[in-house]
Amino acid sequence: MEKQLLKLTVNGQEYELYVTPKTLLVEVIRDHIGLTGTKRGCETVSCGVCTVMIDGMAVKSCSILAVQAEGRHVTTVEGLEKNGKLAPIQKAFLDHGSYQCGFCTAGMLMSCEAFLDENPTATEEEIREGIEGNICRCTGYNSIVRAVEAVVKGDYREEEI
Amino acid sequence: MIHDFTYLRPGSLREVLSMLADHKDECKIICGGQSLLIVMRQGLLVTDYLIDIKGLKELSYITFDEKEGFKIGATTTHRMVETSELIKQRCPVLVAVEKKLASIQVRNWGTIAGNLAHGDSSGDLAPTLIALDAKMKVASSMGSRTVPLEKFYTGLFETAMEKDELVVEVQIPPARPGTATAYEKFNLIRNDQAIVGVAAAVTLEKGGACKEARVVLSNAGITPIRAKSAEVVLIGEKLTDALLVKAGEAAASDADPVSDIHASEEYRRHLVKVLTKRMVRQAWDQAAHL
Repeated sequence: MEKQLLKLTVNGQEYELYVTPKTLLVEVIRDHIGLTGTKRGCETVSCGVCTVMIDGMAVKSCSILAVQAEGRHVTTVEGLEKNGKLAPIQKAFLDHGSYQCGFCTAGMLMSCEAFLDENPTATEEEIREGIEGNICRCTGYNSIVRAVEAVVKGDYREEEI
Repeated sequence: MIHDFTYLRPGSLREVLSMLADHKDECKIICGGQSLLIVMRQGLLVTDYLIDIKGLKELSYITFDEKEGFKIGATTTHRMVETSELIKQRCPVLVAVEKKLASIQVRNWGTIAGNLAHGDSSGDLAPTLIALDAKMKVASSMGSRTVPLEKFYTGLFETAMEKDELVVEVQIPPARPGTATAYEKFNLIRNDQAIVGVAAAVTLEKGGACKEARVVLSNAGITPIRAKSAEVVLIGEKLTDALLVKAGEAAASDADPVSDIHASEEYRRHLVKVLTKRMVRQAWDQAAHL
C-alpha cells in the first residue's frame, strides 16, 4: 500500500509524515510522532481512552483515518499544559484524585477540556453527559465530576495556579 | 486489521459521482467513518477504493423552508443537528434522539446521512425519521432521485441505493398541524445501542381524536419496521389506557425480532409493547398541547 504525504499540526507543531491511508490517527500520534499520552483501548469507539481534539472538537482517534486530519489542528493530552504549567483541569484532577489506574485519564481530560470550552458553566448533569463517551473501569467517576465542578466553580483560574 | 485500499479524496460532489461511476463495484464512501471503520477493522468489509467525502463543505448544511421543510446535507455532523436552533424549535425530537446517540466524540465526527446509509437496524435515527416521513435524496452521475426513508431499507445492512449512488441530502417535510413525535430506546447503559426502540408520531384532530399515526420500531427486525397494525388501532380513536394496550399488542405482533446476547425474541416483543404504549402517550400528550 502506497504511502502518502500527510500534513497536520499536533499541539501547535507542524508535521509532515508519510503514511498509508489506512493508518489511524491514534497510530500517527503514538507511533509516528511518539506522543504516547493518548491510549489505545477498545478501538470500537466505545471506551474513549483515545480521545483527542481536532480543531477543538473531542473525537476518538482510534476511529479516524489519519489522512482525514490533513491540514487540521490536533490537540493531545500533552498539549494541555502551557509554558510548563498544568492546565486547570489537569491540576483539578490531581487535587481531587480523579484517577486510579490512570488509563482513562488522558481521554477523560480531553473530553472535559473540550466540553468546558463549549460550556464553562456546566452543571453536574451536563458534566456527566460530557464524559459519557469515556469509560473509567475503576469506576472513579465521582472524583472526576468533582474535579470538573471545581474548575467550573473557579477554583483553578489560570492566573492563580 | 484493515485491508489495503486506494484512498480517493474528491474535491466536489461532481467528482465524487464520477469516481462512484468509475469504481462502483469496488468502492465505498467514507465520511465520519464512525460505523464504517469498525466493520473494516473487523474485516467484515473489504474495499479496493475508499472515497472520502468528509471535506465536502458543499454538502454540510441544514436549511429550512415552510413549504419543503428541512434539508440536511450529507456531510452534516450529528453535532450540527443536535446544536441547531432551527431543529430545536421545529423538530425537537431529533435533538433528543441525537443527545442519546453514542457519545459527543462520535457525534462530533459522524454524520446523520452516514448513520442512515449504514443501515444498522438498531439505529435510533432511521425509525425517528421514518415517523417524521423523511426522504433520502440520492445521486449518481446520471442524476438524482428521492426515496422515502420507509422504503430505503431492503434488508440487513442493505439499502435501496444502487452501487453508483451517494446520499446527498436527508429531507424532513414540515410537520402536519397537530402532530408530535417521540422516540425512546431501551438499553442498559445510557447512549448505548437500542435493544429495542420505538418512535411514534401522532396527529390529532381538533376534537382530540387521532387523525394519523406512525409507529416505527428499531432493532425489532432486520430493518426498521413500521408497525402499521398499531397505527390502524390508533386512527379515529381517543386516548384511553385500553387503546394504548391494544396498540402495544398490535406493534408487538408486527415486530419480527431475533434473540441475541442482549435480549431474547420474547423480551424484545415485550419491550415493543411497553415502549409503544409510552411513546404513543408521550406524542399524544405533546400533540394535545401544541
